[in-house]
Amino acid sequence: MTKYRINKTRFVDQTKTVSFTFDGKKYHGFEGDTLASALLSNGIHLVGRSFKYHRPRGIMSCGSEEPNAICQINDNTDLTEPNVRATEIELYEGLKASSQNCWPSLNFDIGGINNLISPFIPAGFYYKTFMWPKSFWKKIYEPLIRMSAGLGKSPTQPDPEIYDHKHEHCDVLVIGGGISGIISAKIAAKNNLKTILIEDKNILGGSTIYQNNKNFVIDGQKSNEWLMNEISELEKLDNLIIKNRTSLAAFHSYNYLLAKENISDHLPLDKKNGSIRQRLWKIRSDKVIVAAGAIERPLIFNNNDRPGIILANSVKKYLDFYGVSTGLNNIIFTNNDSAYETAVSLFEKGISVKIVDIRKKSSSNIVKNAEDLGIKIYWNSTVVNTFGYKKIKSIEIMNLSEDGSNVTGNKHKIQCDCLSISGGWTPMVHMHTQSGGKLDFREIDQVFVPTEKSENHINVGSCNGDFELEEIVKNTNYKVKKFLNINEGGFDKISVLCSKESEKKNIWLLPNTISESKTKSFIDFQNDSTAKDIKLALREGFKSIEHVKRYTTTGMATDQGKLSNMHALGIIADTAGVKMGTLGTTTFRPPFTPLTFGAIVGRNVGKFFDIVRKTSIHEWHVQNNAKFENVGQWKRPWYYPINNENLHEAVQRESKAARDSAGILDASTLGKIDIQGSDASEFLNRVYTNAWSKLGIGKCRYGLMLNEDGMVYDDGVTTRLGENHYLMTTTTGGAANVLSKLEDYLQTEWPELDVYLTSVTDHYSTASICGPNSKKILNKLFPNKDFSDEAFPHMSYQDAIIDKIECRIMRISFTGELSYEINVESKYGKSLWENCIAAGEEYKITPYGTETMHLLRAEKGFIIVGQDTDGTMTPIDLQMDWIVSKKKYDFIGKRSLYRSDTMREDRKQLVGLLTDDPNEILEEGAQIVSELDKKPVEMIGHVTSSYFSPNLNKSIALAVVKGGKKMNGQKLFVPMENKNINVTVSDFIFFDKENKRINA
Amino acid sequence: MFVINCPYCGERDQSEFSCGGEAHIVRPKQPTELSDDEWAEYLFMRKNIKGVQFERWNHAHGCRKWFNMVRDTSNDKIHAVYKIGEKPPVI
Ligand SMILES: [Zn+2]
Repeated sequence: MTKYRINKTRFVDQTKTVSFTFDGKKYHGFEGDTLASALLSNGIHLVGRSFKYHRPRGIMSCGSEEPNAICQINDNTDLTEPNVRATEIELYEGLKASSQNCWPSLNFDIGGINNLISPFIPAGFYYKTFMWPKSFWKKIYEPLIRMSAGLGKSPTQPDPEIYDHKHEHCDVLVIGGGISGIISAKIAAKNNLKTILIEDKNILGGSTIYQNNKNFVIDGQKSNEWLMNEISELEKLDNLIIKNRTSLAAFHSYNYLLAKENISDHLPLDKKNGSIRQRLWKIRSDKVIVAAGAIERPLIFNNNDRPGIILANSVKKYLDFYGVSTGLNNIIFTNNDSAYETAVSLFEKGISVKIVDIRKKSSSNIVKNAEDLGIKIYWNSTVVNTFGYKKIKSIEIMNLSEDGSNVTGNKHKIQCDCLSISGGWTPMVHMHTQSGGKLDFREIDQVFVPTEKSENHINVGSCNGDFELEEIVKNTNYKVKKFLNINEGGFDKISVLCSKESEKKNIWLLPNTISESKTKSFIDFQNDSTAKDIKLALREGFKSIEHVKRYTTTGMATDQGKLSNMHALGIIADTAGVKMGTLGTTTFRPPFTPLTFGAIVGRNVGKFFDIVRKTSIHEWHVQNNAKFENVGQWKRPWYYPINNENLHEAVQRESKAARDSAGILDASTLGKIDIQGSDASEFLNRVYTNAWSKLGIGKCRYGLMLNEDGMVYDDGVTTRLGENHYLMTTTTGGAANVLSKLEDYLQTEWPELDVYLTSVTDHYSTASICGPNSKKILNKLFPNKDFSDEAFPHMSYQDAIIDKIECRIMRISFTGELSYEINVESKYGKSLWENCIAAGEEYKITPYGTETMHLLRAEKGFIIVGQDTDGTMTPIDLQMDWIVSKKKYDFIGKRSLYRSDTMREDRKQLVGLLTDDPNEILEEGAQIVSELDKKPVEMIGHVTSSYFSPNLNKSIALAVVKGGKKMNGQKLFVPMENKNINVTVSDFIFFDKENKRINA
Repeated sequence: MFVINCPYCGERDQSEFSCGGEAHIVRPKQPTELSDDEWAEYLFMRKNIKGVQFERWNHAHGCRKWFNMVRDTSNDKIHAVYKIGEKPPVI
């Protein structure tokens, strides 16, 4: 045993040695230790450097509130993780930990120089100093800040571990496995309610489990013994799930909670065996009982941040739970009774202890206990300074004036190697406020406590502001019974004896002889903000707590201000002369403790990140060397390179082939909606801009769909399959939105219409064959079918059979070529496609992808919704007046086309652009100007589609330009980074304006 | 995340639903008769109340039905759900 491991406890198995390294040096601890307790047992307090001043910092607490002891775990491995609190990580064999923020080393820190120049680094320093001169930013300020800031190193490799999500429902969720949580869970579970108890530590019992003080007795037993029995009974209950190592991350509305379970973080690397690392529980609970406990407050005095200054109850836990003494010559500095429990524990283990108390007296049992033991108490005194660079060596104390606002008398120096501080307790109201609960300020002990209003959750124990053991036990029993509507709790006749505090005193910022500007009284230890920073912010005019917080960065570190928020508020209230209750608190946002990205994403990584949709022909595309692009969730062939062609070369070849002979496109991804019902025609009349009533059965029509604001929303060809039966196609990306928009109108505006909509996108596969030889190929595929223009004209559809497979053939065209789309049930898609390829072989049928499709349609001036439109284009802007019915009384968006704004003549309108140099290809998105010299430059439009057309042998582009309709022939400019490109406005139909080819 | 009681399916997580904004804004039967201002009132103006609000919701990942819901936007308490066409409850 080391010199500091002075006590044997039931929580640490001192027969099982565990070795670990810290900053490369090997140490030993025991099973049951945390990294922090193991370090302390080896006499190590110094674990890091502070963020701004690089002051030496030591372990300060024993839980999630720890501001200083944050470590890098398993550095230089795939599993490395920064910002792990040494107070929370369970020790395992082979654990490698290192200190952070202390380059080049913990003991020699160059950034410590900031400590010496600290008078020049006040609040807002970064905002004020690094602003000027601008040229200094990139070369000097930013590297400097990055070098000396930094909290740990991110892993460089993908996280190899497995994370999981699980949904859970229960009647009662109890958050916190301390005494009040245990009582709550037992009452609930014993009354046949499905109960879950979550506890972030590996052992239930909270601080009572190591409370061996004889002043705290339940039913005749010491409170820790009593609780031990309760826990073993609890573990026998059937309808109770106990989740250790599980911390609540978020408490959302309707009792929806997220909790993170650590499954394998405490296991040695070679014992994890591929186990899941963490599981995020998504819990919906009928009732929630919050028993989150309280966090001990520090005290704010000059140089209150030295290694060896530790919260008093943490000192007790290290001693009574882990068997480790944080020092051999202790001083306790307190404003309340709870620290006396630490004093008594230390004394009983034979460790020297003295007490400095800011109060004038206290008459409770525990104080009397300490006095009877002969422990020296300095009443009405405060610490004014501390000494010792890497570890505390001594303190100076003085008496307080009558009102506590000043110090009097002489300084008195006392030697020590540990200073235990206690500024009282702060209820953990985070969960309550996250769920939407409000807080009240309780003057007597200066705490915010929950205002109980919710029917769905309650707070019990010290997170509710109950600090005395008797009120914790009795109030929890009473409240839980009432909350769950239960008559018999099992704790009704319980007897509790405890020491009770009657004298209370709190001073947020303790007085000193030297002026405030020369003191360093830390409030936020991790972000290095001090009391004088807060006061400076107030002097500079910041009033709101939210503003002061951001300006001074108080409470904004990874500990989220668990130790600092109350003092910041208190000092603001005192300085500004307002009551804390009226000041309010900052917002407590989830997560309560940091969550790993792994836990958040769970299994949704790699190929599970998002859904991938593939057509039934996909495998053929893969085998034929297609490059794919993502369109929505679909994988669509983009182009099919041959012999190392690049995109441009492949597209030129494909485009030429489609116009010269035959091309084939997988068009299966287009959205397809089956529309049936006696009012189907009327429905189409209302949702499209053109008229549909007279469309014959077996005919197809192109339709444009607007939003109610008159802007183009989607387009596609709809086919009349029967009297009351249509098949609508939509854009690939718009399919789901169109369906839900149509459903919306049908259900809410026109419920009288007899129309049924069914999405059939995935039900059919489509091969689209185009080009002058397409008809010959179709004749080969369907030898019994008459494809003459008379029997099968453009914009019509017919049923057909191929290899006993039923198909629908539509003669429609998006390329401007003679074109047929063959639809079959999806399972036959690949077979159909292979038939088409075989039949087309003699015509060198060329598969083409989306890029060629885009080029071909651009030659014809066909728009793509979402590329040539952006939600601000009306059909009139697109020069598609021909598709807007003047006769129809109404359709979606019609009225908006007559608004004064949509009728403006200087709106952006679709035009064609030709570059003066036919080989110059414009960039899509490039801005267009009419006058180069005008300042400021006026952008009058932008390029929406741009290609080099192999069929026209020149560059073509579509663009939207203000007032473009009337600009045909006008010269404009497209300014680029290094040149201005001269362009001429043209017709946007570049190819075969007479539509000869479609009807060929 | 709320629990929403779909009038067709029962209680489901909010993640199955999408919100369609303020309810009971009826599309004018004769839009062409309206002035620009009247049409703009229908098209653009929404209340966005802090407090009790009547909203349209769609059980998008469920039965796909639209329905109306009365929700207090300040605390997300849902006072009522009812089908399209039913009279709004008095809250
Ligand atoms: Zn539903």
